[in-house]
Amino acid sequence: MQLTGKKSIRAALAAATCTVLSQPLQASQNSDEWDVKSGLLYYSEADRVTVIAPTVSAGTTTESGDIFTLRAIYDSLTGASPNGATPTNTTQTFTSPSGESSYTTQAGDTPLRDLTDTRVVLGIDWESELSRLMRHTLTANISSERDYLSLGVSDTLQRDFHNRQTTVSAGIGLTMDTISPEGGTPVGLQLLTASSEAGGDEQKSSLDLLLGITRILNRHTLTQVNFSHTYSTGCLTDPYKILSMIDPTTGETVQNISGEFLYRHEKRPDTRTSDSLYWKLQHQLTQDVVYLSYRYFQDDWGIRSHTMDLKYRYELQSGNYLQPHYRYYQQTAADFYHHSLVDDGALPDYASADLRLGEMTGNTVGLKFGIPLSDGEFNIRFEKMVQTGESHPADAIGVQRNYDLYPTLDATIVQIGYRTVF
Amino acid sequence: MTTKSLFIILLLPLASCSMETVKPWDRDLLAQDKMQPTPDPVESALDEHIYYSKEGSFGGQGVGGGGCGCN
Repeated sequence: MQLTGKKSIRAALAAATCTVLSQPLQASQNSDEWDVKSGLLYYSEADRVTVIAPTVSAGTTTESGDIFTLRAIYDSLTGASPNGATPTNTTQTFTSPSGESSYTTQAGDTPLRDLTDTRVVLGIDWESELSRLMRHTLTANISSERDYLSLGVSDTLQRDFHNRQTTVSAGIGLTMDTISPEGGTPVGLQLLTASSEAGGDEQKSSLDLLLGITRILNRHTLTQVNFSHTYSTGCLTDPYKILSMIDPTTGETVQNISGEFLYRHEKRPDTRTSDSLYWKLQHQLTQDVVYLSYRYFQDDWGIRSHTMDLKYRYELQSGNYLQPHYRYYQQTAADFYHHSLVDDGALPDYASADLRLGEMTGNTVGLKFGIPLSDGEFNIRFEKMVQTGESHPADAIGVQRNYDLYPTLDATIVQIGYRTVF
Repeated sequence: MTTKSLFIILLLPLASCSMETVKPWDRDLLAQDKMQPTPDPVESALDEHIYYSKEGSFGGQGVGGGGCGCN
């Protein structure tokens, strides 16, 4: 084998010592080199949210063989998001939690709340060997937004078996979040009025557990199965989501004696337990690679979902590659999902009109073009994501039948990626 | 479908596929960047965040992804 340049030397070293989960070998092999991966994401939903997110990570190998990786993401978000209220046959006016501003939605339109936010995420990974066949990765993250702070730590242990053809992974992660909603934390299911009670900051914490097996099946094929369990507790309610109170006969949004429309803050359970099973297979043909994965997810909120992801890396004669992508997603609704609440005197224990908790199907199609460089790669991808749900559910009442109660989400994703070593 | 039965179904590919012995010197293909379990970590991280903020499900590939006010 002829070795040309640093990349070929690294590939040869990787081949000689290859473990199943040889991700660390992507990092620089020398302590004076940094493996830099960067990206710029443009995400835009039709008539809704637009996000621009530059990201960069840099990893280096210390003289002792440990690998440190520093990561940073900056999200800039603008646009509007559904607030949970349903369309009705008159203009609706919504007042912000602070009471300082208001916005209106025309008759028949889905009410959207304006959003502007930025998010900064910083992270560090430390990968080190514990013994010849065992290593672990410690990770710490901090994510900060105007009204949200998240701190997370995790550790993943990996042990090789069968001449390093099988790797067993065990991971644990803890995330602690602080939520500081604009105007205070609303009381769940309370009517939304200018004088609504509101609390201070709220806490949320999550524990993640993972057990996984990765196996080399043959010289061309790798497969992986992960079982994950997550337990979350604390404030799991979205402080900005509301539900419309609907007349049981006409389906119109109910008004009080002053002519104000009635909405209630959403309320979710304060615990959530979820499990997921993830399976992945990747197989190299002569040069092309097929990536196939499937995930089953379920939680005690009633959500069940299936996710299938397929990518095919097609090597061009020029040395570049094209990678078509298809992703299919389908989920059932949470038990407490309601597009609105009927004003008949009875209230459920929990209720949310968040479309993300409704029954939905998602389809993503995309194409990626990659140009391998002497010590890295440049790539660009373009994808379209569409989410659809029950626009006209059977339990719609009166005028609600005239409106789209689950508007389609149509998003465009463009990402540029650049990786190099210096 | 219970989690237990799904776990068994998903383990079948691991249990039933005959595993050839692949010597270290035969792992040149598996050592390529495109054959790493996460070939493009930046793309994977961005995608994970997009779908986490737009769907009711999450996770599967790792632990401690970090929280976000988007969901």
